[in-house]
Amino acid sequence: MDERYLYSALAALVILFPWIVRSVRWTQVANFFFVYALLGLSLNIILGYAGLFQLGHAAFYAVGAYTTAILSSRYDIPTFWLLPVAGLLSAVFAVLISRPILHLRGDYLCIVTIGFGEIVRIALRNDASSLVFLSKIPGLQFLEEKLTGLVITGGPNGIFGINRPAIFGFTFRQQWHYYYLFLAFVVFTVFAMRRLENSRLGRAWTCVREDELAAEAMGIDTVRVKLLAFAIGAAWAGVAGNLYASWVTVIAPESFSFWESVIMFCIVVLGGTGSIPGVLVGSIGMIVLPEILREVLSNIQQWRMLIFGAAMIAMMVFRPEGLWPSQRFRRELEIRD
Amino acid sequence: MGQLLQQLINGLTIGSFYALIALGYTMVYGVLKLINFAHGDLFMLGAYLGLVTLMGVVVNVGASASLLFLLLIFLIVMALVAGIGIVLERIAYRPLYRAGRLPPVISALGASIFLQNGVMLLYGARYRTYPEEFKAIIPDVIWEIGGARVSLIQVVMLAIAALLMAGLYFFVQYTRVGTAMRAVSLDHDTARLMGIDVYRIIMLVFLIGPALGAAGGMMVGLYYGRIYFTLGWGYGLKAFTAAILGGIGNIPGAMIGGLILGVIEALATGFVSDAWKNAIAFLVLVLILILKPTGLLGERVAEKL
Repeated sequence: MDERYLYSALAALVILFPWIVRSVRWTQVANFFFVYALLGLSLNIILGYAGLFQLGHAAFYAVGAYTTAILSSRYDIPTFWLLPVAGLLSAVFAVLISRPILHLRGDYLCIVTIGFGEIVRIALRNDASSLVFLSKIPGLQFLEEKLTGLVITGGPNGIFGINRPAIFGFTFRQQWHYYYLFLAFVVFTVFAMRRLENSRLGRAWTCVREDELAAEAMGIDTVRVKLLAFAIGAAWAGVAGNLYASWVTVIAPESFSFWESVIMFCIVVLGGTGSIPGVLVGSIGMIVLPEILREVLSNIQQWRMLIFGAAMIAMMVFRPEGLWPSQRFRRELEIRD
Repeated sequence: MGQLLQQLINGLTIGSFYALIALGYTMVYGVLKLINFAHGDLFMLGAYLGLVTLMGVVVNVGASASLLFLLLIFLIVMALVAGIGIVLERIAYRPLYRAGRLPPVISALGASIFLQNGVMLLYGARYRTYPEEFKAIIPDVIWEIGGARVSLIQVVMLAIAALLMAGLYFFVQYTRVGTAMRAVSLDHDTARLMGIDVYRIIMLVFLIGPALGAAGGMMVGLYYGRIYFTLGWGYGLKAFTAAILGGIGNIPGAMIGGLILGVIEALATGFVSDAWKNAIAFLVLVLILILKPTGLLGERVAEKL
C-alpha cells in the first residue's frame, strides 16, 4: 500500500517537473537525462541482456542522428517520419558490422566495437570529399571528379538547420515541449523493455550471456539471438539519435565520440547491468549528478570532474552490483555465493 | 623506395611508444583479466612528471644537464608513477577482484577521469612544451640511408624502448619472480597452492606496467616536445589496440602489436591519407581479428563477461 503512494507521488513529480522547477536549464538537463536513458536502455539490451561487451554504442546513435539530420536539412522531410528510417538504418548498419565479429569474445569484441565507433566518428569528421585518395587506385579515376568538394556530413562543423518535430500542426519548440515528448518515449521504452525482458527472446539472451554452450545445446540459435540484440539495441539508439538531432537542431561529430560510448557504458553498469530501473538511476548518476555538482560546487567548479571520477570508483567499490541491480542478477549472485 | 623506408622508420619509432604502453595493458590483463583503462593516463602522468622534474633541474642545476642526468630523471619518474600505480591498484581495483568483469572497468574509467582532471588542475588545461635545453642533450644529427632520413633522437628512442622491452622479457622468462608472474596469469588458485603470494605479484605488475608507461610518456614528451592532459586517451586507445592485436595477455605480442600498429599508421599517413590513418589502423585490427580471433600471438580464449 505504502509503495503505491510512493509511486503515485513520483509519477506526479515527474509529470509536473517543468512546472515545479520553473527553470529552462533544469528542464534541459531533464531532456538530456531522457536521451541518455533511451541510449542506456538500448545499450542494456546488448550489454545487459546478451552480455556482449559493446563499447562503441555512439556509432549507432550517430547513424540515427546523421540520417535524420541529412534527410531533414536537405529534403525537408518531417523528423517524425524519419524516426523509423533512422531506427532501421541503424539496425541494418549494426547487423552489417556485427555479423563478422560475433565470434569474438569479451575484450576482443570490446576493442572492435571501440574501433567501429572511432571509424564512424572519423568518417563523419572527414566527410566524403576526403575519400578523394581512392581515385589514385587504377580504374577508380572517375571518383576524383565526383568526390572533390562533395559535402555529405558537413565535416567537423556538422549539420545545422535540422527541422523541429511537428505533429498535427503543433511544432515542438520550448524545452518543456520536448520534455513531454521525450518522457512519452522513455515511458513507452521502459514498458517495451519490460515485455522484451521476459519474452522468449529475452530469456534466450540471458541464456546466451550465462552460458553460450549450454544455450546452443538447448536449441537456441546463438548467432541469430546475438544479431537480434545488436539490431534492436542499435535501432533504439538510432531512434534516440533522431530525437536528439531534432531537439538540438545542430549536430557535430564530437557529439558522438568515444567519450559518449563510455558514458552509456557507465550508465548501464553503474545502475546495475541488465536492470531497467538501474539504467534510469545510472542516467541520473552520469547526467544529472555532474549538473548538480556544478551547482553545489559553484566556487570550486574546477574540482567537479575530479570528484566525479572519485565518485565512480567509490560507487563501484561499495556497490559493485550497481545502484539498482536486476532481480535476476541478484538471484544469480546469491546462488554463486 | 626512399619514402617507404622513411615511413617504416617513423612507424617503428611511434610503434615503440605504443609497445611500451601496450605492455602495461597486457601485463595487467594477464594476471587480472582486467582492462586497465586508467593506464593511458598513467602514461600521460609520466609525461607531465618528466616535464616537471626536468624543469626543476633547469632551475636548480642549470642547463649543465647531461645524458646521465636524463637517465636519472627517467628512473625517478618511472618510480613515481609506479608508486601511483600501486596506490591505484589498492584503492580502485583490489576491492573488486571478486565482483565480476564489468565493475572494475567502471572503476578504471573513474580513475582515468580522476587522473586526467587531477593533472589538469595541477598543470593547467593548455598544452605544455618540453624545455629546449633537454632536446639539446641529444644532438640534432641526421643520417641519410637509402633516401630516408634517420635522426639520432629516433635511434635513441628505439634503443631505450628495445632495452626496456628486452629487460622485461628476460625478467619474465628467466627469473623466479617472472616465473611466478607467468604462473599467476595462468591460474591464481594453483599459483597460490604453489606458495606464490598472488597479491604481491599483482602489486609487482602494477609497478612494472606503469613504470614502462611513464618511460613511454617521457619519450613522447622528448620526441614531440608537446604534451597535454588528454594525451592518455589517444595513446591509451592505440596501445590497447596494439595489445589486442598481438594477443592480449601475451608480452611479446604487445611488443609486436605496438610496432605493427605504428608501421600501419605511418604507411597510412604516407601513402593514403593522414585524416584516415586512425580509421585504417582500426580496420586492419578488425580484419586481423576476423581472421585470427585471439590476436597474432594470443592463444587463451577470454571468458564471458
